[in-house]
This record gives sequence, C-alpha cells and structure tokens, in this order.
Amino acid sequence: MSDTHAHSVAFVRMETIPQSAPPLAAAGPVRWGKDNLFATPANALLTIASLVVIYFILAATVPWILNGVWNAGSLSECREILQGTSGACFAVLTERWPQLLFGFQYPSEAYWRPTLAFVLMLVALAPVLFFDLPRKLLIITALFPFVAYWLIWGGTIWAPILALVGFIVGYLVYAKFVNRSFAVGFFGGIAAAFVVWALSGYIVPALTPEETLLSSVPSRDLGGYMLNMMLGVTCVSLSVPLGIVLALGRQSSMPLIKWVCVIFIEFIRGVPLITLLFVASVMLAFLFPPDQTVDLFIRVVIMITMFSSAYIAEVIRGGLAALPKGQYEAADSLGLDYAQAMRLIILPQALKISIPGIVNIAVGLFKDTTLVSVISMFDILGMIRGPILASTDWNGLYWELFLFACVVFFVVCYSISQYSQWLERRLATDHR
Amino acid sequence: MSTTTDPQGGTFRLSMLLNDSRYRSLTLQAIAAIMLAASIAYMISNLLANLAAQDLNISFEFLGSPAGYDINQTLIDYSSQSSNLRAAFVGIINTLLVAVLACITATILGVFAGVLRLSNNWLVRKLMSFYVEIFRNIPVLIWIIIIFTIVTAVLPGARAYLGEDPERNMLAGMFAFTNRGVYVPAPFFTTGFGGEEGSGLNWLLVIGVLIASFFATRFVTAGADKKQAETGIRPNTLYLNLAIWIVPVAIVLFILGLSWDLPDPLANRFNLRGGLQIGAPLIALWLALSVYTGAFIAENVRAGIQAVSRGQTEAASALGLRPNRTMSLVILPQALRVIIPPLISQYLNITKNSSLAIAVGYADITATLGGITLNQTGRAIECVLLLMLFYLTISLLISAFMNVYNNSMKLKER
Repeated sequence: MSDTHAHSVAFVRMETIPQSAPPLAAAGPVRWGKDNLFATPANALLTIASLVVIYFILAATVPWILNGVWNAGSLSECREILQGTSGACFAVLTERWPQLLFGFQYPSEAYWRPTLAFVLMLVALAPVLFFDLPRKLLIITALFPFVAYWLIWGGTIWAPILALVGFIVGYLVYAKFVNRSFAVGFFGGIAAAFVVWALSGYIVPALTPEETLLSSVPSRDLGGYMLNMMLGVTCVSLSVPLGIVLALGRQSSMPLIKWVCVIFIEFIRGVPLITLLFVASVMLAFLFPPDQTVDLFIRVVIMITMFSSAYIAEVIRGGLAALPKGQYEAADSLGLDYAQAMRLIILPQALKISIPGIVNIAVGLFKDTTLVSVISMFDILGMIRGPILASTDWNGLYWELFLFACVVFFVVCYSISQYSQWLERRLATDHR
Repeated sequence: MSTTTDPQGGTFRLSMLLNDSRYRSLTLQAIAAIMLAASIAYMISNLLANLAAQDLNISFEFLGSPAGYDINQTLIDYSSQSSNLRAAFVGIINTLLVAVLACITATILGVFAGVLRLSNNWLVRKLMSFYVEIFRNIPVLIWIIIIFTIVTAVLPGARAYLGEDPERNMLAGMFAFTNRGVYVPAPFFTTGFGGEEGSGLNWLLVIGVLIASFFATRFVTAGADKKQAETGIRPNTLYLNLAIWIVPVAIVLFILGLSWDLPDPLANRFNLRGGLQIGAPLIALWLALSVYTGAFIAENVRAGIQAVSRGQTEAASALGLRPNRTMSLVILPQALRVIIPPLISQYLNITKNSSLAIAVGYADITATLGGITLNQTGRAIECVLLLMLFYLTISLLISAFMNVYNNSMKLKER
C-alpha cells in the first residue's frame, strides 16, 4: 500500500481487529451436521433413511432388553411375570449359566477348575501379547498347558508332570547339542522327549493312586463355551508352529519336501472344515490301530489344527515372499547356515509381516469351532440347539440364547482384531 | 543355500552325505520319503485291519443302489427310488444353486456397504462399519441358525394365507411368506417343448438367446469403440443394446407361451398349492451367507477403492474427464485389480461355507452324500472321500480361473 493511497481514503485502520467467534452456522455442531449429515440432498436422504433404520432397530430391541426378566424357572413363569408386555426372558441365561459355559455333563462341583484355568490362561497369554511385561512371566506361559490339562481333565497329576519332564529333557538335549549343529540338537531333543514319554507311558499307571486329588473328567463331558475356548486356544497355538514348518517346506529347494507341503496345503484349503470334521468323527478312527480308541476331542483337535495350519502356512509364505531377496543373501554372506538364517534373520521379519494375517486366521478359526456342534459335540451352539431348546422349561425361546452366543463371540473376536491393529502400529518399524 | 563354498571335485565319501550341502539335501529327502512311506503304510495297514475287524470293505457299489429317502428341494427329477448317485447330483446342484445365489447377493450387498463406508455421511459410515463388524465377528453358523429361526418361528404357517378370507394377504397377490418358505409365482411355458409337462429345453433356448444377445451387444460396443477411435465421436449405443437384450428374448418367451403359476390359497384346505416354493433352509442359508460374506466383501471393496491414490482422481479431472468417466475409466479399472482376487476367494469361501447347510437341513451335497447316504449305507470312508473330491474340484477350478484372471490383469511392466 503506497503512501499516496493512504491520503486518498478517509479512514485507515491502524490496528488489527480482534478475532471474533465464527458464526454459529459455520462452526460447532451445526456446521458439523451440515458437513457430515446434510451436505447434499442425496446425503440428507441417506441420513434420514439411516435414522429410520436405527430407530426401528432400537425400538425393537431396547424395550425388549430393558424389560427383561432375569429370575424365573421356566418360560411360562417368565411370561406370567411379563404379563403380555414385550420383554426378554434372560432367566434362561441365569438358570442355564453353568450349562452354557461348561456343558451339561461336566461335574458341577468341579466348575471352579475350568474357571481357574481360564484365569490362568489370561495370565499366561499376557506376556505373549504384551512385550513390555517382565519376560519371567513366560515361565507361567510354558507351564500353563500342563496345569490347564490337569485342572480341566483332572485325574493323576503325574501324566502332565511327566509330559512336562519330556519337554524339559528334550530342551536340555537341544541346548547341549545346538552349538554343534542345529539339526542334531533339534532332532536329538525330539528323540529324547519321545524316549521320556514312552517310558512314562509305563510309569504313569503305576503311580496313579485309586483316589486322585482332582476327579477325572472324560473328554465327552466337556462342553459349552469352554469347549469353543479350548479348541480355539489349543488349535491356534499348535497350528502356528506347524504353519511355519509348512511354509518353510513349501519354499524349500528340495522337490520332495516342497511337493508334499504344496499338496497338503492345497488339499486342506480346497475342502470345507465340515468335511474334515466328518473325517475326524467317522473316518479317522479307521487310521489308528484297531485296539486303540482315540478320543473324539483329540481327533477334532488334529483335524482343526491341520486345517488352520494350512491357512497359516499361506499367510507366512506371503510374509516370506515379501522379504527383500537381499535379506536372504545377507544371511548367506554372513556364513549362516539354513537354520541360523531362518531363526535369526528371516523368520523374525517374516512373522512380523504375517501377524495381521495370522490373527485373522485365528479369529476365523475361533468362529469355526462352532462347527463341532454339527458332529454332535455340545459346544455353546450345540448346548443351545440341543439340551436347552429341547428342554420342556425353555422350549420356544430363541433370541435370548442366540443373543448371548453372539455377544460372547463378538466380544472375543472383536477384541482380538483390535489387539492385532494395536500390534501392527506397535511393530511398524518403517516409515518413522 | 549357496554352493560356491563347496569343495570342488574330490572323491565321494560316505560322510559327505551329511556334511556336504550338495548331497545333504538328497539324504534329507530320502529320510523324508522313507518316513512318509512308512506312515502311509502304517495308516493303510491300520485301515485294512480295522476294515477286516468290522467285516467291511471299500466299494462304491452303493452309489448305484436306491437312495430310499426324499429330498424336498430338487432342481432335477428325483424320487426316493433314484440311486444314491442321483441324490449326490441333486446335492451338487443344490450346492451350486445356493452358492451362485449367495455370490450374487453378497457382491451387491458388499459393494453397496463398502462404498457407503467411504461416504461423506458420518451416520451412514458408522452404520456400515457397525454392520461389517457385527457380521464379521460372529460365526456364520450362528447367523444361519438365527435366520432359519426367524423364518420358521416368526413367519406364520401356510394356513394364515388360506381360504376366502385369509388372516394375511399375499404380497401383491403373488408372494406368500410362510414358515415353510416363500411361495413365488412359478414360470412355465404353455406352447413350448414337452407340452404341459414342460421341458428343460425351453429354458436352454431362453438362455441361449440371452447368450447370443450378450455377444451381439459386445459386437455393437466394439463397433462404437472403433468409430470413436476413427472419428472421435461415440455413437449412442444404449438404446440399440437395450433393444438387443430385450426384443429377442421377449419374442422367444412369447412364442413359447410364458405363463405364471401363482400360489393358490383356495385349492386346498391345508397348504398353498402351486407356485414355486423356496424352502426355509435355502432362504436361511442364502441370506446368512450373503450378509456374512457381504461384510467381508465390503472390506475388500473399501480397501480396493482406498488403494487408488487421490492423485489419479486429480489427474483425471486435470485431463478434463467428467466425474462418471473418471470413475469408469480411471478409478474402477485400478480398484478392480485390487478387489477381484480377494472377491473370488470370498466366492470360494461361500461355496465351502454352503456345506453348513447340514445344520438347517438344506439338501446340499454335504447333507445328501455326507449326511443321509453316509448314515444309511455306513460307507463313511467312501462318502467322505467323494465329498472332499467334489469340493476340491470346485476350489481348484475357481483358483485356476483366478490365476488366469490375475495373469491377464497383471501390470505389464517393461
């Protein structure tokens, strides 16, 4: 602005005006609503349509839930209390709570055992899920499977202890020989563990007293949501190592090993889980020795583990393929052998890339554990469709039970996927 | 492993089988082969011992014997006197029917929800992520059973529609929603092949005409492309293409005498007569697979659209393309390259998840061959093997198709 101009106008403000608040229509909720809800006529229509949908959903469910009856002995009692008003009969959940959680055959005086195992599982999972916790907690994680087995199935304590001893002996042998050669240590450790287990097969029956501390519960008595949890946790933790082995096998330069892995993975991925469960329930027994009966639970665990390990192998293969070739070459040029290169350089990076995929598979697997109800195992869905809906007390009641099943699955699956997203952000070491 | 550090030449010693990386892989493979063969032999010997102990054998003769059970939803002729093989075919066709139906609706639903998740509208965005999260995190089996329960427990019985003055009126006089399923008008031909009985030939003819129309429209579009390349002006092909789609098929349907068989509430005192009944199990399976897989497809669609960088849209508008041309010529071709592979694996999932039909009693291949036939004949091994073979074939076909597609869509880099 030139000086001459300053003389040609009547008034020039010398100081800046203090900032005033934006007009109501340009800020705050009004502006937000205008931008996000009513930007264009079509948008406004969509908003109104959504509001109608939300209203109908809430109008149908909220009074029904708030009006719910939590204490009644049967459906007819429930209806009496409600007297024709719309309301849920959550009493079925309170009355059948132990059955929904533990199945209808698990001894009621032993309910504290799976509950304790569940709490221990949370403790054991914590150091695996959150790296900041003290590493010593991993000892609990290592001991957990044996404690949980003893708590849930009961019986003699010597079986899980000797199984644990087998692992310890195997680890000691591995630690002694691993410096010489990874292969010697690895296979030596496995062999040593098998020797211990074979021996304990003779020792355990001799050590078992008549009366055990915890009463023994056969596998067919397991049920309810506990069964879903057990299948989910066991199969996921077994199928991750198996998946790594399969993925490495599929990348192997040895044609025989490569093709065995390819055929296994493609076969499993090509058939639905339900056919594999049929295999577990009607066909697998034919492949075991005639004098040996293998528990249905174990057969199902075998098949589900095979199923999910094939999918996990594909995820890990993606992670391996995503690593730049330079990483493999760098490991080679350092003079590392195959086992060292994989253990120290390739797998840590490949697994990190694969974590979201593995978690997706884990969520899918946990949801798929409901399929065991089709081969007449009484998981939570089997309990609802079988003993509970068939009982004279609660016949004709659906929504409360299905809502409960939905909620328990949603809570677990949604939290796992949220955890996975958190972990992904946490592990992102690139693009800082 | 690198072979550059290996000693060159030299005589072969036995210890080289373990220590020399040129031979070690052979040793390992030999060990693996022996272990594999041993475990297979062990399992086969167990199998034979078990079969002998139970006085069984492996034979596929049962496929030829009469099935002895009825199937309520069949697309091909079937009676309880038909063979087990025929029952399996009914199952295969039912599996493919529900899979195709669910693929179509899941795609529509998924694309709709996926696009709306990227909407500017906050409420719609939240509503769609609510839909996606709810359906993705609850097992599909629970959804199938819930929808089956809705159909069978909430909808009225067929009686509600019967009589002169029914409790409920059919929707538009044509659709009846009952707890046994939905009754819809059934098309049939009065003057077509096969007379009153009707014949599959009529439908083949209609489908053939539609396929011919499809190729004719392709031809017209190619002609328009050529003209545009030569003169820069694109002739309007919309009306011509519409005519090609509609006119021939309308003429054929008229000649064959298309007519509709409506569900009749007055014919019978106990049930609706006539029309086409879509059974409750089919509806439950179809809807549940659609909404469940739709949630997954929505995520794929969203990821695909987000994968196309904003610069592409800006570049397109800098070139002066109108928004709809931008969408069809710039965004969609690039987004589809990301969307289609996971979409096809979702189709594969639908096909495999359709095996859950057994939980609601829909007669798919798992329920006929793997369910009733298995239980009646006791041929567990044969039935399960055939079942796996069927699903394996379908999956391999779909993955082969996917590979072909991926290769044709791959970015041609120079």
